[in-house]
Amino acid sequence: MSYEIVGVTVLWLFLYGYLIVASIDFGAGFFAYYAKVTKRDHIINKIISRYLSPVWEVTNVFLVFFFVGIVGFFPSTAYYYGSALLVPASFAIILLAIRGSFYAFENYGSKQSNVYMFLYGATGLLIPASLSVALTISEGGFITEENGVVSLKYAELFTSPLAWSIVALAIAAILFISASFLTYYASRANDEGALKLVRRWALFWATPTIIMALTTMIALSQRNQRHFDNMLDLWWIFGLSMGFFLIAMGLLYIGRNYGTAFIAVMLQFFFAFFGYGIAQYPYLLDPYIHIESSVTNESMGLALIIAFIGGLLLLVPSLILLMRLFLFNADYAKGKK
Amino acid sequence: MEFDTVTMSRLITAMTLTFHIIFATLGVGVPLFISLAEFIGIKKQDKHYELLAKRWSRGFIITVAIGVVTGTAIGLQLSLVWPNFMQLAGNVIALPLFMEVFAFFFEAIFLGIYLYTWDRFKGKYTHWLISLPVVIGAGMSAVFITTVNSFMNSPDGFTIANGEFAAVNPLEAMLNPSSPVRIAHVVGGSYLTVAAILATIAAVALLRNKGAKDYHKKALKMTVIAMFVFSVLTAVAGDFSAKYLANNQTEKLAAAEWLFETEENADLILFGWLNEDNEVVGEIRLPGFLSFLAHGNFMSEVTGLEATPEDERPSLWIHYLFDLMVSIGFFLLAISFLYLVISKIKRWNVNNKFMLWLLALSGPLAMLAVEFGWIFAELGRQPWILRGYMTVNEAATSSPYITHMFFLFLALYIVLGTLFVITLRKLFKDNPAELEFEKQYPELEKGDDK
Repeated sequence: MSYEIVGVTVLWLFLYGYLIVASIDFGAGFFAYYAKVTKRDHIINKIISRYLSPVWEVTNVFLVFFFVGIVGFFPSTAYYYGSALLVPASFAIILLAIRGSFYAFENYGSKQSNVYMFLYGATGLLIPASLSVALTISEGGFITEENGVVSLKYAELFTSPLAWSIVALAIAAILFISASFLTYYASRANDEGALKLVRRWALFWATPTIIMALTTMIALSQRNQRHFDNMLDLWWIFGLSMGFFLIAMGLLYIGRNYGTAFIAVMLQFFFAFFGYGIAQYPYLLDPYIHIESSVTNESMGLALIIAFIGGLLLLVPSLILLMRLFLFNADYAKGKK
Repeated sequence: MEFDTVTMSRLITAMTLTFHIIFATLGVGVPLFISLAEFIGIKKQDKHYELLAKRWSRGFIITVAIGVVTGTAIGLQLSLVWPNFMQLAGNVIALPLFMEVFAFFFEAIFLGIYLYTWDRFKGKYTHWLISLPVVIGAGMSAVFITTVNSFMNSPDGFTIANGEFAAVNPLEAMLNPSSPVRIAHVVGGSYLTVAAILATIAAVALLRNKGAKDYHKKALKMTVIAMFVFSVLTAVAGDFSAKYLANNQTEKLAAAEWLFETEENADLILFGWLNEDNEVVGEIRLPGFLSFLAHGNFMSEVTGLEATPEDERPSLWIHYLFDLMVSIGFFLLAISFLYLVISKIKRWNVNNKFMLWLLALSGPLAMLAVEFGWIFAELGRQPWILRGYMTVNEAATSSPYITHMFFLFLALYIVLGTLFVITLRKLFKDNPAELEFEKQYPELEKGDDK
């Protein structure tokens, strides 16, 4: 395999990793706030904070990995995306900052204030909305380049059905992923009250997720025919995604094997996400950034891949240790440790 | 006043870095002291040190949180504000940036484990061992990022063919000529600064005289010893940095030292100012010392600013930044040395008011020195962003929204800074060391605070 394929696959894996861990985190923030408003916070907030406290720093790193990596493998992304996304990405940074500081200020500082709970919930939905702009503009037609000045067509973006359906899809998917994870975590902790509540949320958010996925497909077909046709050619990948979705739904509905159900949800998004990504090949930004012509020089590509493998050898055992100590340690989840 | 996009780009980056570097410095240094305190505590079986490690790590979480969010900000801003630079430099220097994320990830994972497992292991050393990856990860982060900044000062590891970088060697770019000396200076300086800040905390607590005296005295002794060690190391590394500049980046040292013409037996100029004819007045002059600083020989020749084309010279006010940084460095060295000398004399009380006041000042001063040092390093490279290859004018974004973003980020940092102070106060004010000590170790005898 050539460097650019290895590179882009690795990066897409990171983005997928971020999609999962950040969705759990973002959705949990929304649910925590929603539960507080509807006076049910005593049921689930303990579970949420118990899971999130030890792992919150880890979530952000997936995103940083992705954007540092993409600039490394494909330096011209810095030029096009960097120039075009100044405003949306700056908003995302601000929202991430508010959210990141929530953990420090709220969890370690003092009792929970309503303002901060609201911000915590709201940023969980706004961050994906602002980050999804990058996915939208990659479809092409939202950027102009004149005299070496790259700029974003804001009017075009804000009136684009594709942009809004991607935002809606992102939000629905986040709540679905998060709720199905919390269902698993609550069952792990043997917390019947919380389990009942989050399981209902998971079942509820499944429908909007699928509806928005189909809406996005339709909007995409109007915006980028090439990408859409490629996706149709990869129908079997999306079929697999749908299959795992049905398995997850079935398990959630009959109320057993929540762990398997969550893995099925992860696989559902894995196939959908990779199907979408493969269909976008060969562009990283239609039509400006072509994967093959924008890839970095060979020695850098090789160095990055070696660094990546070395890093994984270091990180994977560490992550397993972290998970064994907290996530999958039943005593910890139950609050005994 | 109308600002152009380049000025705004520089301002937004300067602001983010000035804010971030505070938390980055703490992030590099504090883990070392947490680890040391826990180790001494186990070794001496002294609960005071264990409590030190616990309280430091509790404060550390807050600084890490802000370090993470501002670090994410600067990481993204590199591409958002300097898209042309990242497109060019990404080809050569992406490796350490990538590795820094790994180092941070490594640190974050073990920090999470460390914080939540104080009582979960049987062997006492097991928990202490977990602090080591945190110390190493934090230190490596500093190493990798410093190599990137060094690359901007002394680009290496490529050749130019048809206006593009060719024959790229990422390792050579990372280990560029200025990397070793700058890494030593940055890492040493971070440890020194954190030692000074922790000493300040202990000194202030002793000055307020509210209790837990033994606890604070132990903290003070430990941190001041570290202050002495690291101020010596940082000074040595700084000296090597100056020698590096004298040989390879002459305009930076010449501008810092107001050496306009190439001279043998050049004088070291401390402070002073420039009159209308660009003559130095009101300065303290150390004859021949600049030659000594530059080449280790009082008679040697030091290259002046005249050797650099006029439009490639950094601004002259970096002189003050350089002098202030060095002065503070020597102040920290002197004060910690004094403390150590007095503590050896049995008849004298080392924790006297005067000494405590000086130590109370050392933390804020050390952090100022870090800021001065970094601003000096950055301004001293102007007009280049990549010395010899790309200027900041060529590198900046052309987006007119950069001004709006500046104010947006300004608001963010004000909010974060305020919340940081409020949270730290809340965390420690109602829970002073003496109270916590009684709560956590009720089995121990009270009244060890005499």
